[in-house]
This record gives sequence, C-alpha cells and structure tokens, in this order.
Amino acid sequence: MSTIVIIFYFLAAFTLATAFLTIYSRNPIHSAIYLVLCFFSIAGHYLLFNAQFLALVHIIVYSGAIMVLMLFTIMLMNLNKEDEVHKPRITRIGALVVFLIMSVVFITIFINSKTITGGYDTSGEDFQSIKVLGKVLLNEYLVPFEFISILLLTAMIGTVLLSKKEKKNE
Amino acid sequence: MDSAFIIEKSVVIVVVFAITMIMAMYSTYAERKVAAFLQDRIGPNRAGKFGLLQPLADGLKLFSKEEFFPNTPNRFLFIIGPAIAMTTALMTSAVIPWGDRLHVFGRDVILQATDIDVSLLYIFGVVSVGVYGIMIGGWASNNKFSLMGAVRAASQMVSYEIAMGLSMIALLMMTGTLSLKEISMQQSGLNWNVFYQPLSFLIFLICAFAELNRTPFDLAECESELIGGYHTEYSSMKMGFYLFAEYANMFISAAILSVLFFGGYNYPGMQWMIDNAGVNTANVLGIIALFIKICGFIFFIMWVRWTIPRFRYDQLMNLGWRILIPLSIINIIITGICILAFK
Repeated sequence: MSTIVIIFYFLAAFTLATAFLTIYSRNPIHSAIYLVLCFFSIAGHYLLFNAQFLALVHIIVYSGAIMVLMLFTIMLMNLNKEDEVHKPRITRIGALVVFLIMSVVFITIFINSKTITGGYDTSGEDFQSIKVLGKVLLNEYLVPFEFISILLLTAMIGTVLLSKKEKKNE
Repeated sequence: MDSAFIIEKSVVIVVVFAITMIMAMYSTYAERKVAAFLQDRIGPNRAGKFGLLQPLADGLKLFSKEEFFPNTPNRFLFIIGPAIAMTTALMTSAVIPWGDRLHVFGRDVILQATDIDVSLLYIFGVVSVGVYGIMIGGWASNNKFSLMGAVRAASQMVSYEIAMGLSMIALLMMTGTLSLKEISMQQSGLNWNVFYQPLSFLIFLICAFAELNRTPFDLAECESELIGGYHTEYSSMKMGFYLFAEYANMFISAAILSVLFFGGYNYPGMQWMIDNAGVNTANVLGIIALFIKICGFIFFIMWVRWTIPRFRYDQLMNLGWRILIPLSIINIIITGICILAFK
C-alpha cells in the first residue's frame, strides 16, 4: 500500500469516528469539539486531492462557524441539566426513513454525476491554483456563483430580521 | 525529493522554531523592561546582568510550581487547552519568508519553511483555530470567570476576524497573490505596501491587537472583572504555555505585519548590495532588517499596552462591527476604483 492510501484510510476512519461521536456524545460542547475534528479531517481529504485552497477555506469557514455554535450552546442551553429530551418512537422511525431516502438520493447523484474536469485536464494548467479557480468561477460558473451570493445575502437579512423582532417583543 | 532538500528544510524549520521560542522568551523580559521604562521604574535586574536571565528564572519557577487541577469533569480538555494554544502559536511561522535566499554549500537555501500558494489563508486558518485553545481551556475549567473570559475571547475573535479578512482583501486586490514570498518580492526597495494601503494597514494592526488579546483589547483576561479570565484555574507550566503562546503569537503577528506591509526582508538599496557585496551579505542584512522591523512592532505593541487603558466590552464590539468593518469595505471600493483608474 502506498503512503497516500494509508493516510486516506486513517483519515476516513477518523472522519467517521468523530462524526459518530458528534451525534452520540451527550454533552453538546463535546459534540461541537468532535464536529471541529470531523471537519478538520475532511480538510485533510481535500489536501489529499492537493486542493490546498479548498482545504484552508474549509478550515477557516468551519472553525469560525463552530466557534459561534459553541458560543450559542453555552449561552442558550442549560448545561448543568443532563437530561435527554425523550423523543417519541414515531420521530425516531421518521428520522430513519428520511435518512434512508436521503442516502438513496445522494448515492444516485454520485453514481450518475459526470464530472466536467476533462477540459482542464488537457489544458495543462495547474487547476489547483487560485488564479485558475477564480477565472473558472467568474467565467463558466458565474451564474451559480452569483446565486450563491444572493442565497447568503438572504440568510443574512433573515438573521437581522429575526433578531430585530425579538427586541420589539421585550 | 533528494535528501539534501529534506535536510535543508529540516534545518530551516528547527532554526525558525528555536528563534520563535527565544523571541517569545525575551519578549516577556522586554515587556517588563518596557513597562518599567514607561513607568519610570528599573524593571527586573537581579537574575544575571541587566536581569537578562530573568526569562529562564521565570520558566524554572513555572516548571517547579504545583500542578493544580480544578474540580472538573473535563480533565482531558483542561490539559489539551494550553497545548492547542501553544501548537497553533508555533504553526504560523511555517509560511513566513525570513529572507530571500542564502548560497551555502553550492545550494540556494530558501529561507522559508514552505511556500504554499495560499500562505495568507493558511495564517488565517491557524489563527482561527488558535482561539479554540482559549475556549476549550476556559470552558473545561468549570469556573464562571474562566467561562466568561473564554466567551469574550471567542466572540471578540469571531468579530475581528471579519474586519481583518476584509482589510486583507484590499491588499490582495493590489498584490494579486496570496503567497507571502511573492508579496515580499513585490515590495523590493522602498516599494512597501504600507504606502499604498495605509488604511488597510491600520485596520489590520487594530485587528491584530484584538486577535492577540492584548491591551486595549484584553477583555478576555480583564483582571478587574474576571480575576484572571480564561486562565484563572491554570497553574504551573499549563499557565506558562498560555502566557508563552501569547508572546509567540505577538512575535508572529509582528513578523506578518512586517512582511505584508513593511517590505519583509527588503531594505533600500538591497539590489545594490546584491550586485556589489554578494548574495549572502545582502540577504543576511535582509534578515537583520526583517528582525529590526519585527522588534519595532513588538515594541509598539508593548508601548500601546502600557499607554492606552482597556476598552469596555460594548466599545470593543462597536469598534469592530460599526467602524472597522464598514471602513474596510470602503477601503475595498477605493482600492477597486484606483486599480481601474491606474491600470
């Protein structure tokens, strides 16, 4: 086995383990810490593809995001009480069914998707470099890129609106 | 990859590590001397000549102190907190170009541990991880004051990272690269970025203070309200690691400020020196120039600490969200217009 494969298996095991621990640990802060570790190992997977930019942006975005998540956990939840909210059985079965349907959808997407990296393979350019990435994003994928920005803007406006409403009720 | 390359890089990495440690050690000494100077005192002068052995004595004292553990259910996280803080503080130095190149044993030795395409993003990534050390340590202490300090540090970090990133974007629009090596090379002579991007420099400097948790932004360890902040429960070398990480971060921030805005290893007349005195002499002078800039910034950071009083927490948040972020967005627009107009 080559070194890359060994690293891949190690990373994959680590990703899965931390992902499961995120769900199973009772303490919400522990969950958040496992989630950070999980995202870091996913960044490691990106590095295996030599996608440095993607890996670093992943770390920056998610480590900041999970820090906010941790702050909210501390501020909004009562951490002293360790009682698990008892969920009715129908919710659990529903969650399982939704999970199965989602995985079927994802698996079909991954099997049927056709990657369109062919053009870049032959161009001989270093398509990991941010210059090429920027050109591709703002030329061929301009419309989806702008749509994402509108989506993010909507989310931001929504957050501002929600926090404003709470103030009025006081 | 030949073995000479690996040896070369290992030597560079070890030297950078040693220099970071020594600089952090003597920053603690310098801090006390600067404080003494600003307050018209003498400062440490017992251990060695001029108190030069004071950092060693401090280290020895911290090592020999009792290891105290608070009554916490998260013993592991309590130990891992200072470790994360220290590791991330030492990781950043990997991408900083300390000099251009030296010609040793018939090889061109690049004075940088690694030159990745996205060095600047790497620094941002590591810095954003760094606050986890404070957050995890403060939370695992199982103490209200520690938790308050940690929450303050985290929210401050999250707020000021935005303004820092935005101020960087204006700089990147001008340089067109994220590699710190190329940014250094572009600033040869006196062509320093600070003359083109003064606003960006100012915002970055303020945010660096906030990210370092230094006065006037040290709300995380505000002793008049929070005892000691996030490290209230820490003792012995774990406490030492938190303090040491702060000084290591200070050194690295000073280095980043010098590289990004003050020309890095460049000094006026460097090309003339290369032509007339040889590559090695010119580049050794370059390394010295970089360290003079770094020491200048470290002194500036200490000077501010002993001059300006601490902000209130709401003032800190107002400064971050209502002043620095709009200012950096305006800076981006101005930079864009200038680039369009002059190119």
